[in-house]
Amino acid sequence: MTHAAELPGWAALLTALFLLLGAALAFTGSVGLLRFRTFYERVHAPTLGTTLGLGCVLIASMIAFSALQSRPVLHEVLIAICVTVTTPITLMLLTRAALYRDRREGSDYVPTRAPRPNDH
Amino acid sequence: MTAALLTWAIFVAQFLLGLAMACATFRLIRGPRAQDRVLGLDTLYLNAMLLLLTFGIRSGSTLYFEAALVMALLGFVATAALAKFLMRGEVIE
Amino acid sequence: MSRWLPYPLLSTGLLAMWLLLNESVAPGTVILGGILALGASWALIALRPAKARVRRPGVAVRLALMVVADIVRSNIAVAGIISGLGRRDRRSGFVRIPLELRDPYGLTALACIITATPGTLWIEYDSETQAVLIHVLDLVDEDAWVRLIKRRYEQRLLEIFE
Repeated sequence: MTHAAELPGWAALLTALFLLLGAALAFTGSVGLLRFRTFYERVHAPTLGTTLGLGCVLIASMIAFSALQSRPVLHEVLIAICVTVTTPITLMLLTRAALYRDRREGSDYVPTRAPRPNDH
Repeated sequence: MTAALLTWAIFVAQFLLGLAMACATFRLIRGPRAQDRVLGLDTLYLNAMLLLLTFGIRSGSTLYFEAALVMALLGFVATAALAKFLMRGEVIE
Repeated sequence: MSRWLPYPLLSTGLLAMWLLLNESVAPGTVILGGILALGASWALIALRPAKARVRRPGVAVRLALMVVADIVRSNIAVAGIISGLGRRDRRSGFVRIPLELRDPYGLTALACIITATPGTLWIEYDSETQAVLIHVLDLVDEDAWVRLIKRRYEQRLLEIFE
């Protein structure tokens, strides 16, 4: 069923390790999405999956395919670059939209537009 | 021995990612506000992409890699458009 | 040189991406990728994007390594917060940081760094007041965060881009 049997021992071990680590991190991030109380705290949670979680899964995939095809397989780097470049943009757009909506509703939690010294 | 270990590791990883997708879906359905739903959707597609990569490792086929790459790109466009919609109330202006 | 290769960094990056996507360095792939990379950079002349100047590549490499280490460290910290291992009285909040960095590429790099490290999030940059608003998940001391961002990242980005 799986190609796991064709992998040499060290590669199988490393793949398993990185895969579990990455999946655990992505899972922790998604749990954070449930546990945090405010939107601005929740935005931090998925970044666990987009940084180290994704990185670990991609390293696992690189090791597995490099060992299977007995040549370096590096194209996973493309996903890493694509996600690293796009995540700040999506999260920034999303938080700015949330900030704009909260400001329009006159929420006390978010800082005002005109910056004052020592404002937070 | 290590082959069985890897099979189990892939199974556990898929289970964890499935749970992560369930968490994201909960946030997507529950809200409470529109921005929470968009964030849930963003996390959902990210976890789905990781799950696709895991399927790729399991089957040894590089097709899943390409699907994951397309998913990363489309998810970015979707979230950006939705965030813009939340900001202005319209996507095309 | 500048006429035939208007954006050398961009063209090299595109060629590298093409080779990675095709997973080969066969002459045909390299030639086709090279033509595409050159064509794309010529097409970009019409848009006239500002040229990025990387002054100190050595500093850039060191900064990249430092950011990777920071990402690993803050991943562990945020995972601890989510699993409830941290202090009970954790407080999150907004911090406004005045910046000396003006270069748009430098600001982009700073935004990527701050957002990529879990626990801090870049929210908005105001070009009039030249200050950035960030949200911090575990806010203990605001001034400490301002000092950290300015000394650790902005100082090095100033060296690289300006």
